[in-house]
Amino acid sequence: MYEHLETAENPDKLKRVVIDPVSRVEGHGKVTLLLDENDQVKQARLHIVEFRGFERFIQGRPYWELPVLVQRLCGICPVSHHLAAGKAIDQLVGVDPENLPIAATHLRKLLHFGQVLQSHALHFFHLASPDLLFGFDSDIAKRNIIGVIGAHPDIALQGVKLRKYGQEVIRVVSGKRVHGTAAIPGGMNKPLSTTDRDYLLTDIDQIIAWTSSAVALVKQLHCSNRSFYDEFASIPSHYMGLIQTDGALELYHGGLRAKDTNGAVIFDHVDYCKYNDYIHEQVKSWTYMKFPYLLSLGKENGWYRVGPLARVNNCDFIGTPLAEAARIDFKQHFESPQVHSTLAFHWARMIEALHCAESIKQLLNDPVTLSTVLVTQGEKRFEGVGVIEAPRGTLFHHYQIDENDIVTRANLIVSTTSNNTAMNESVRQVAATYLNGRELNEALLNNLEVAIRAYDPCLSCATHAMGKMPLAVELVDNEGKIVDRLVKSSSGHIAAA
Amino acid sequence: MKGKSSIVWLKAQAVTLLQPDIKPTLLIAVGNLSRGDDALAPLLQELIEPVIDESTTELITDFQLQLEHVLDITGRDRVLFIDAAVECTTPFSFSEQQASTEYTHTSHIMSPAAIMQVYRTITKRLPPPCFLLSIKGESFELGESISSTAEQHLQAAKVFTLAALKLSSVEDWRKLCWKPIL
Repeated sequence: MYEHLETAENPDKLKRVVIDPVSRVEGHGKVTLLLDENDQVKQARLHIVEFRGFERFIQGRPYWELPVLVQRLCGICPVSHHLAAGKAIDQLVGVDPENLPIAATHLRKLLHFGQVLQSHALHFFHLASPDLLFGFDSDIAKRNIIGVIGAHPDIALQGVKLRKYGQEVIRVVSGKRVHGTAAIPGGMNKPLSTTDRDYLLTDIDQIIAWTSSAVALVKQLHCSNRSFYDEFASIPSHYMGLIQTDGALELYHGGLRAKDTNGAVIFDHVDYCKYNDYIHEQVKSWTYMKFPYLLSLGKENGWYRVGPLARVNNCDFIGTPLAEAARIDFKQHFESPQVHSTLAFHWARMIEALHCAESIKQLLNDPVTLSTVLVTQGEKRFEGVGVIEAPRGTLFHHYQIDENDIVTRANLIVSTTSNNTAMNESVRQVAATYLNGRELNEALLNNLEVAIRAYDPCLSCATHAMGKMPLAVELVDNEGKIVDRLVKSSSGHIAAA
Repeated sequence: MKGKSSIVWLKAQAVTLLQPDIKPTLLIAVGNLSRGDDALAPLLQELIEPVIDESTTELITDFQLQLEHVLDITGRDRVLFIDAAVECTTPFSFSEQQASTEYTHTSHIMSPAAIMQVYRTITKRLPPPCFLLSIKGESFELGESISSTAEQHLQAAKVFTLAALKLSSVEDWRKLCWKPIL
């Protein structure tokens, strides 16, 4: 729709505005705008400026190391990488998902629901709520989690405790909050004790109540400014993700389903081990992140979205009662076969958080979850594919090993990569709609970041050194000369530089 | 104001998410073992874990400081955050932290000062005394081991940390902020 803004005809003659890095997202990306003499946007791009080299990190390692090793790829969703690797490695030891011990599947799902719950809570309450509660153009000094805590302490505290609960689920199942060991080839490494089960059950009804309130809050936000929420950064797109055999929402294991902009099925219940027959990736020179597309629709038209909005759009129903009621309400609000509002990601995200909370309760109350039969074995294979619905969308891990059990080839498609074209389209839509012809300032530029944040992108991994994340906005004239420059420090202070 | 909405929200209710046996001293190491010198803090914890007094000291490692660490510092007598830092001018530095409303806008990574501020806001109480041990790092690429220079900094920080843990009072730690052991 806005692809004409991907590449300008005469970039050297245009003014250049850079947002670097994009804030309140995980990792390092930047946005560049090229403007003509009338401040009309001629080009808008989200660039990923960091090369991660995931595959190189994995190749040459013995396969059994991978579930622990890949957790270090990402500080935000290590459990998703852990479980995707675990599923791939099951296949290397000859165990297909349906043959995994039921208790092992339950424990992996429990771990996964805890991960998705804490990740969704972190994103909504910590990263997105400052924009949504205060306004996209509100005082930047207060547009952060501390501002939210000051103005809405109950909301903020519940966000903290939802996140903490999810982390506790992870700690109990895997032994640690990070670097834990849970999935092993063919199963799980330790059972859930009744003491731990009871500990997690203590607060689960409160967690369900809070996630229900979060869904209501997002709906309230949408209804308070309906046309704006429906249209901001909205782009018609295809959607892809895992689905259960009966069409229910699925986060841990299922077949691949893709639907088009009108909700018609493109493919359904595809064995994800054959993903390469359905999805290819395109490379562009101006970013390190690839552009996946649905092979049947081609490079130009085959881009798609993944993540909470895709999953809620794609499923026929949700298997837990409160989340299903919330899904029906969500669909009725938009009155269309597919919801394309980018800000609706937040609503879908909270519906999923509610589903996770309900599912955690179900799993904890199922006696099978406490079983100690956790591991099985099969006959060695040389190739394994593990796919999971990570918080941000479908995550692929694909390994090949040699006769010495060393990984010779690895291919990862991470969720944010699948949303690459969509994020760029949203950036272009916002640039064309809200920035054209206007004098740029921080509040206007924040619109671009709000659109990107809705996807909850994970642009990098867990490198963390204090004081390394300034933001600079440069205005460059037609001849490439910098005419203005603003710098936002890590404390949020903005000054001319 | 664009995107702004009035909202209604349920009051928070009590929830029990705290560990029953809260130890008076908490060390929170922040970093990723597979990202070069970002591993400094978790490596330091691995080095000292065998020799610390488990009855009085708890160790937590995490990739990043996040909101939930506000709950972790609850009920402690003192907290030590440990992190790699590129801006250190010495192999390591040790300083007391103060709650601050200044906030890192550019990422959702939080600073110890922000953790303390959030604690103060949501509990209406002063946070426990918090200190930051910064260990100088240089390179943070995925898949790298820590650099040889950082290895030396790590050993120096280990000696310092073990000495500090033998000091039982917060006042003793405050004195270290002025006379770091190098």
